[in-house]
Amino acid sequence: MPNPGRGRAEIPNPAVAAVGQGGPTIALRDVMKRFRTSRGDFYVAVHSLTFDVAGGEFCAIVGPTGSGKSTTLNLIAGLDTPSRGQAFVLGQPVTGPNAGVGYMFQTDAVFPWKNVLANVATGPLYRGAGREEAVRRAREWIGRVGLAGFGDRYPSQLSGGMRKRVALAQTLINEPAVLLMDEPFASLDVQTRTMMENELLELWSGTSASVVFVTHDLEEAIALADRVLVFTAAPATLKRSYEIDLPRPRNVTEVRFDPRFTQLYEHIWQDLRDEAVIAYERSLQQVRS
Amino acid sequence: MSGLSNKSGLSPRPVEALTAEEQAAEVADRRRARLERFWQGAIFVFIVGGWEISARTGVADPFFFGQPSGVIATIWRWSTRGTPQGPLWQHVVVTLEEAVLAFCIGVVIGVVAGFALGRNRMLAAAFGPYIRMGNAIPRVILGSIFVIWLGLDMASKVALGVTLVFFIVFFNAFQGVREVDPNLVNNARLLGAGPRQLSFDVMLPAALGWIISSLHTSFGFALVGAVVGEFLGATHGLGYLVASAQGAFNANGVFAAMAILSVVALIADFLVTRLERRLTPWRQTATRSSL
Repeated sequence: MPNPGRGRAEIPNPAVAAVGQGGPTIALRDVMKRFRTSRGDFYVAVHSLTFDVAGGEFCAIVGPTGSGKSTTLNLIAGLDTPSRGQAFVLGQPVTGPNAGVGYMFQTDAVFPWKNVLANVATGPLYRGAGREEAVRRAREWIGRVGLAGFGDRYPSQLSGGMRKRVALAQTLINEPAVLLMDEPFASLDVQTRTMMENELLELWSGTSASVVFVTHDLEEAIALADRVLVFTAAPATLKRSYEIDLPRPRNVTEVRFDPRFTQLYEHIWQDLRDEAVIAYERSLQQVRS
Repeated sequence: MSGLSNKSGLSPRPVEALTAEEQAAEVADRRRARLERFWQGAIFVFIVGGWEISARTGVADPFFFGQPSGVIATIWRWSTRGTPQGPLWQHVVVTLEEAVLAFCIGVVIGVVAGFALGRNRMLAAAFGPYIRMGNAIPRVILGSIFVIWLGLDMASKVALGVTLVFFIVFFNAFQGVREVDPNLVNNARLLGAGPRQLSFDVMLPAALGWIISSLHTSFGFALVGAVVGEFLGATHGLGYLVASAQGAFNANGVFAAMAILSVVALIADFLVTRLERRLTPWRQTATRSSL
């Protein structure tokens, strides 16, 4: 097996050269990522992945379980490097965690030993802001996510929804050009989740950030996004991209009653169901063998 | 204090009287708590009382087995008129000094080493086998070596205590750093943390829980190190008291020194718990609710 990391730098790829300044905020060019399994062979998480996300675009990724959605986010974030191909953020090839990228994880990733204020102020402090300025901006963001007065609480004293608000403020305070979200609200109850979705849309509309939002919930994807990318079952790649032409500003609860919403849902669901069936049958085979 | 009064205080409606069932349940709860305390006391009375009675009736020879009243009398005599080897407080202070020194040195070396090896895979791979080997050595044997090397003074006892404390703290710090939630590390990296900030702002506080929970055990071991060291050869300390009492076939004296040692250990444990609350304030709510 050739070393995929070494080959990448040497072979000039015409598609790679095409991504420059002033282009899309995020660009993936023929990206493949594989992991070595414990049996010694390779597991291909994603392959032949090419798509762009424009500046200020809200893009949702849906796909069956194990379709490399989180891997895709990690590649954009620079937490993982592609085995082949290249990811670009703001025209620059991704080589490591990028200052312009914010990432909201599926599980709680707020620091349990810091209170809310210190948690939110973390980003500016890491990036060299003075303590006073960091605290001032943190207070501002705590207010913006509706947690004013809770600055001195520790995450263990907050509810799940409140912890998500802390994580949101912690990420947005850095004013990222790219916001990556990996099923951020999956652990919340339905009411809290809807509330958070609306809040996210409102906060996002005040920024110019491009969002990549991974979810397995198609309704959530359509309600939030400008574009829905459907991923195939493993080995995953992009199956189809759907423009969501629902008007903004949206209310995620009300938009679900829009006839256009139902139409889009049925349309995309056909695609998604086929892939879910394939993924399910494959998992059955794995259990049998 | 109870959760019940808290909840009714929050509700907008006036406090309703307890129903008969609720009242019965509360009475049953209180009765069970009383019964638990009764049995705790009963077991103490049974063991100590049984000991005293068998000593007095001659079932167990008090010359060999001692007797509780004799132990109490010995402690009283020691604390009012001093031990045959000098005032009691002097022995307690010497043992405590050795234990605290061993504890501090062991904790510092353990944390630094555990943290360094936890952060650096190369170091861990290079030193790992030797540290495990070191941990496998029975430490009491080292005590004899330390007495030969460092003499009968405090240093040999401190050294023995350090070898005991170090490994406990080391393995906990190492594990603590290794088990840091990768999500937290990734989050910190994306928020802009450099290697230094990752170490001291993320890894260290995340490992602190592990490190601090090891402090309870390790102070106990620091005391063991001091006492065993004194037992092997010393001129002062509680272990020396035990050894002297043993040499004089004074069973009550051995038990008296043991009782004093237990009290010292309990006080130290209490102080470590206080320190734990101080150092990890974010866990306080969890600790309190579990009490």
